[in-house]
Amino acid sequence: MKLKTFRGGIHPPELKGLTENKPLEKCPLPGKVTIPVQQHTGSPAEPVVKVGDKVLAGQKICELTGFISAVHHASISGEVTYIGPSPHPLGRKMVAVEITSDGQDQWIPLQKASQESLASLSPEGIRERVAQSGIVGLGGAAFPTQVKLSPPEGKKLGLYIANGAECEPYLTCDNRVMIERPKDVVTGLKLLMKGVGVTQGVIAVEANKPEAIAALKNTVLKEPGISLQVMKVKYPQGAEKQLICALTGREVPPGGLPMDVGVAINNVGTAVAVADAVVRGRPLVERAVTVAGSAISEPKNLLVRIGTPLWHVIEQCGGFSKPPVKVIMGGPMMGVAQCSLDAPVIKGTSGIVAFAREDVVEVSYEPCIRCGKCVTACPVRLLPSKLGMLVENSRFLEAKEDRLLDCMECGSCVYVCPANRPMVHWMKFAKSELRKIAAREKSEQRQSA
Amino acid sequence: MPELKEPLVVSVSPHFRGTDTIRSVMADVVIALIPAMVAGVYFFGGRVVWILLISVAAAVGTEAILQKLMRKAITVADCSAIITGILLALNLPPGAPYWLPVVGAVVAIAIAKMVFGGLGKNIFNPALIGRAVLLAAYPVAMTKGWLKPFWWHGRGFFASAVADAQGAALDAISSATPLVKEGAADPFTIADLIIGKVGGCIGETSALCILIGGIYLLVRRRILWQMPVAFIGSFALLMALFGVARHPEPLDRVLVEVFAGGLMLGAWFMATDMVTSPLTGRGQFIGGVLCGLLTFLIRLKGGYPEGVSYSILLMNMATPLIDRYTQPRRFGVKSRAKHG
Repeated sequence: MKLKTFRGGIHPPELKGLTENKPLEKCPLPGKVTIPVQQHTGSPAEPVVKVGDKVLAGQKICELTGFISAVHHASISGEVTYIGPSPHPLGRKMVAVEITSDGQDQWIPLQKASQESLASLSPEGIRERVAQSGIVGLGGAAFPTQVKLSPPEGKKLGLYIANGAECEPYLTCDNRVMIERPKDVVTGLKLLMKGVGVTQGVIAVEANKPEAIAALKNTVLKEPGISLQVMKVKYPQGAEKQLICALTGREVPPGGLPMDVGVAINNVGTAVAVADAVVRGRPLVERAVTVAGSAISEPKNLLVRIGTPLWHVIEQCGGFSKPPVKVIMGGPMMGVAQCSLDAPVIKGTSGIVAFAREDVVEVSYEPCIRCGKCVTACPVRLLPSKLGMLVENSRFLEAKEDRLLDCMECGSCVYVCPANRPMVHWMKFAKSELRKIAAREKSEQRQSA
Repeated sequence: MPELKEPLVVSVSPHFRGTDTIRSVMADVVIALIPAMVAGVYFFGGRVVWILLISVAAAVGTEAILQKLMRKAITVADCSAIITGILLALNLPPGAPYWLPVVGAVVAIAIAKMVFGGLGKNIFNPALIGRAVLLAAYPVAMTKGWLKPFWWHGRGFFASAVADAQGAALDAISSATPLVKEGAADPFTIADLIIGKVGGCIGETSALCILIGGIYLLVRRRILWQMPVAFIGSFALLMALFGVARHPEPLDRVLVEVFAGGLMLGAWFMATDMVTSPLTGRGQFIGGVLCGLLTFLIRLKGGYPEGVSYSILLMNMATPLIDRYTQPRRFGVKSRAKHG
């Protein structure tokens, strides 16, 4: 079978051997969870509980505030002890609901669906259940799934992709989900397909996951509209635009969405969450997380309740074997370095990677020698060397004209650069400067109008 | 919550790096040049070793001294000045007086590199600027310093009395290069040209050694195939079709023009210099064709028997323009818009 891929990309060490054979274990419940109102793309959710309220696991605690927004639920039972600025994985404090556990893990009654009700479930019904269960993309971007199931009039969709590529080094949680729950991956994909009215689905898995491929292959044999596609191992094969291009040959236009090329795509973990929500009535309060890295004593894959502080999860893995110098939420290519271990696991947390001193790179950068390695590596066909030099010299508007906003910050260019130039850092900086410029221009326009 | 002894390091992703450094890139270029350097010493004797060492020392020294004077960090450890020194030396006649590479290296580093801002900022290939200035300032030394291959057999490996005061080689050991315009060249075969047993600059005679180095760079992915293939290919094609004034027979013509003179060295090592050549594969192809065309025109119609150095310098000038019009097609956009 010819392995499909896209142009560009890099081959960092996979480092999945630490955890790919460790089955998912339930992480013991923490004494307290902190559930941020903003852990998804879109407008922050609105708390609907107050301090002092007693809540059950699975109970709604935050409501939608717009079309692109998400619902959040209590992940443990207990009492709401604080609502306000709390540690957040993105660095600064953000509003969160803190629940102190009562040790009972009592749940709301779950509405399981019968066979008949599943068969008669309409697309609107699926959409509503997905929205009310607080499901967002578990691949990392945490985009509210109900929005993906509501394409605007005129957008014809023909294919639904379940993304099981998992191209980040160290991470194996999606792999374990596919090995241990292949039926639920397919059930979830089928529900998603029904939700937007497509009859063709494909599950994409990188070739370095033979067990998952075998498990899924058997399961999709009985499904006429669903196929399995093995992808070449490359970073960032799991980036949605690159995966769509590799599978269908179509390229999502700049600033556009997969629906613009007739495709919808979700992470395999999201598909399982949709199955849990629609079939078993479980809202999204728990997710698979890989804990790995040179500073972790016992790397493993855990099922963690949303809102569990990082230090608690790390303790369940034997704590630190060496002094940690960097703790990353996500994978080492695109993850966010943490400043505090009090930050909670949120819906987009796919991994916790802790580096000891030997793995941390602290080298200053040199001038660009125009070697062109970044141009070859960029999956979006940008000229990272030129963009980097423009931003280095504060020429933000020129960088914008040079397609700066197409950059998805995957880090391939920085990885290959012999001069160790921090281009992703500059891209992020330039994007924030451009936002400031746009805001200034808008307020000037308003003043002169 | 366990107490951390030291605060965590927070920096922007990615948190992984590949193993390449500027020094490892430069080291690969030096390794690729070893066959050509060895061939130069083998054919033209021990004084080539001195020329190489002097050129490298002058280049590195100039860079270090200027950086000190300009109160910048001294960056000679990145090995880029070493490469400029080697390439300059390989472009000199083997009979060159020992002060010649010093002048060339100082010009190459100080004027063609440091004045523009140092590594990565220069427009022109520094070694070629050094060579061009030497050719203009010391024409006798640069065009009459050719030695016969193996001239040192029987005279001593490190014999250095080879030329008169201006640098013209002594009659007994001088040679005319195969591309000479006035007068006749010494007899040679195509095999001689490929192995290097002819007169010429120190590093340019052995096409075989240059090719070995060039393939090493390709395999190590330090250069793209487009520049050397387009350069040599377009030049060979033009010579075959239109170069009848150079030699009557087409095949003979192509083989001599490609393997004699500085074309091989220029196409594989000088035009491919990363800083001064286009950024994308498509751009490099266009740059290569430009070089091939210009070299052909200069050799056919110009006053010089060579042409490679000037064509590469002109291509260096055109690089920003070539880059601007060869941006990769924007992801997600079907038609070729002007600048994406």
